[in-house]
Amino acid sequence: MAEVVLETQNLTMRFGGVVASDNVNFKLNARELRCLIGPNGAGKSTFFKCVTGLLTPSDGQVFMRGDDVTGWAPHQIASLGVGIKTQVPSVMDGLSAFENIWLSARRFLNVTEANHKTDEVVSRLSLNNIANAELGRLAHGERQRVELGIVLAGDPWLVLLDEPAAGMTAEDVEQMTQIIHEMLNTTAVVIVEHDMQFIRSIASTVTVFHQGAVLMEDHVDRVMADPTVRNVYLGKNA
Amino acid sequence: MTQSWQKELIQTLIVALMLMYLLPFAINTFTLSILLIYGMLGLSLGLIWGFGGILCFGQAAFFGLGAYAYAIAAVNIGESTIPLLFAILVPAMFAMLLGAMMFYGRLADVYLGVITLVVTLILFKFINSTAGPAYVIGKARLGGYNGIPGFQTLNVPGSPDDYIWGDAFYYVCFVALVVVYLLVTWLLRSSFGRVAMGIRENDQRMSLMGYDTRARKTILFAIGAAIAGFAGGLFANWAEIVTPGLFSLGQSAEIIIWCIVGGLGTRLGPILGAAGLAYLKFLLGQQSLIDNTLITGLILVLFVLFLPKGIVPAVANLWAASFGRRPKNSRRNVRRARGGLNG
Ligand SMILES: Nc1ncnc2c1ncn2[C@@H]1O[C@H](COP(=O)(O)OP(=O)(O)OP(=O)(O)O)[C@@H](O)[C@H]1O
Ligand SMILES: [Mg+2]
Repeated sequence: MAEVVLETQNLTMRFGGVVASDNVNFKLNARELRCLIGPNGAGKSTFFKCVTGLLTPSDGQVFMRGDDVTGWAPHQIASLGVGIKTQVPSVMDGLSAFENIWLSARRFLNVTEANHKTDEVVSRLSLNNIANAELGRLAHGERQRVELGIVLAGDPWLVLLDEPAAGMTAEDVEQMTQIIHEMLNTTAVVIVEHDMQFIRSIASTVTVFHQGAVLMEDHVDRVMADPTVRNVYLGKNA
Repeated sequence: MTQSWQKELIQTLIVALMLMYLLPFAINTFTLSILLIYGMLGLSLGLIWGFGGILCFGQAAFFGLGAYAYAIAAVNIGESTIPLLFAILVPAMFAMLLGAMMFYGRLADVYLGVITLVVTLILFKFINSTAGPAYVIGKARLGGYNGIPGFQTLNVPGSPDDYIWGDAFYYVCFVALVVVYLLVTWLLRSSFGRVAMGIRENDQRMSLMGYDTRARKTILFAIGAAIAGFAGGLFANWAEIVTPGLFSLGQSAEIIIWCIVGGLGTRLGPILGAAGLAYLKFLLGQQSLIDNTLITGLILVLFVLFLPKGIVPAVANLWAASFGRRPKNSRRNVRRARGGLNG
């Protein structure tokens, strides 16, 4: 039986009257790939924030590799080996792409190892040409790729990607798909995505969020064929 | 030790030695000493603000604490070496507590400014109100608004009767500033410094990478306070009296202006800004035609409008544009430059 790396039990997050996460029970195995879908405001990003410690859930628990990590600070959870790419690109704009990735590598490695690791990640993501450029001056897609590099450099066993393909060119997306597949050799990956094409190309199991709660969880083909899902996700007359 | 660090070390030492020898031909050593001390104070804020992103409105409080710690310890001990250590440690400990409170409380940057400002005010009010005989620490009377005069000033370590003053004091201040400057350079090149710059750029990203940003900011804040306190200890020796005026908001504001004018995100900028503006103030103080603060204010406005990055970055850019070799294509150099460690 595969090891469960992430589990939430009755995870609930309320903002005043808004229930952004509603009793979410979620389970993810080691090296599993999972897609989260759901309409805008369904609570996907909120779920990520609760899992990574950016938000403390109003109710329920989060377990990582069996440990109860509810209420832990973000840096404590990240130190376990959890990497996240947030929905709004979050990088160090005033520093170079190299430095951004190096800082991530340095968290778990000594200076020499971190230098090697950074070189490795830079070439794996084909960032060589822009490694020395100040990140703030780069294009959106490039900054997204650097953020992916930041996640990779930490050698995580759980990766959360919030809309990684947003604003990327078809070429970039293709490369990312390949990188995600490579990543699965060492880590479990959860991806929030709106692009159905993209989801079909990578995913097996899909979890559908609706109004904070899990609506359905199944293979991508069955999910896409489900009338309820088509209703909430693709619009009323689908 | 990397090659670039060795090179920088040697360059710094050569330039510093030349300046140390040449400056007294232009300005008397008594005035130079205070310019160096202010330079160190400027550097203390330049470090935490320019590289750590922590805007502290109360850097004068650490300066004042250092000066008072020195004076009180000197009165009690009767020599200067241990009091100077107190001048460094007391503000550092104070900043450690204050910083922990602010950073672990996850205060937004605005409140950080407000709190450091208020703490400065409180210290000022408190020290001002200690005129009564009840306020003594050991043999030292705090003296309220009169301050503490007549303490033991700098002596050769181990022999309290050999005073260091005049030209010798100038050389001590110069060496102290160079040592602090090199330590700051080393710190910024270390992983700790690079992580600090990462936190300056994006605190949340750094915590999502596993760094405890609260602890690191607290430590950097305390290091800045230690440097400011050291400057304060030297100041006490220069002025031979400490007064509550050291804690004034005016002083804190001036330090911020030094950094802006000299150039944030550089090490040299805040030092030059401090020394330059303090010297200007000194010159202006010799005439009574124009008000001093007016000029300082005007300079700040002009800089914010026309040279918002400050002198050092502007000069560095000009230099690079006119004489610059094309940046060598070694990754290390470029990375350093981009990392914001120029100047
Ligand atoms: N900090 C907050 N304060 C109040 N309400 C919030 C907060 N963050 C999220 N919400 C609300 O919670 C709900 C879920 O938001 P969330 O960002 O998780 O949705 P999402 O599924 O990621 O949507 P999208 O696809 O647009 O990214 C929304 O109704 C949102 O308005
Ligand atoms: Mg979202």
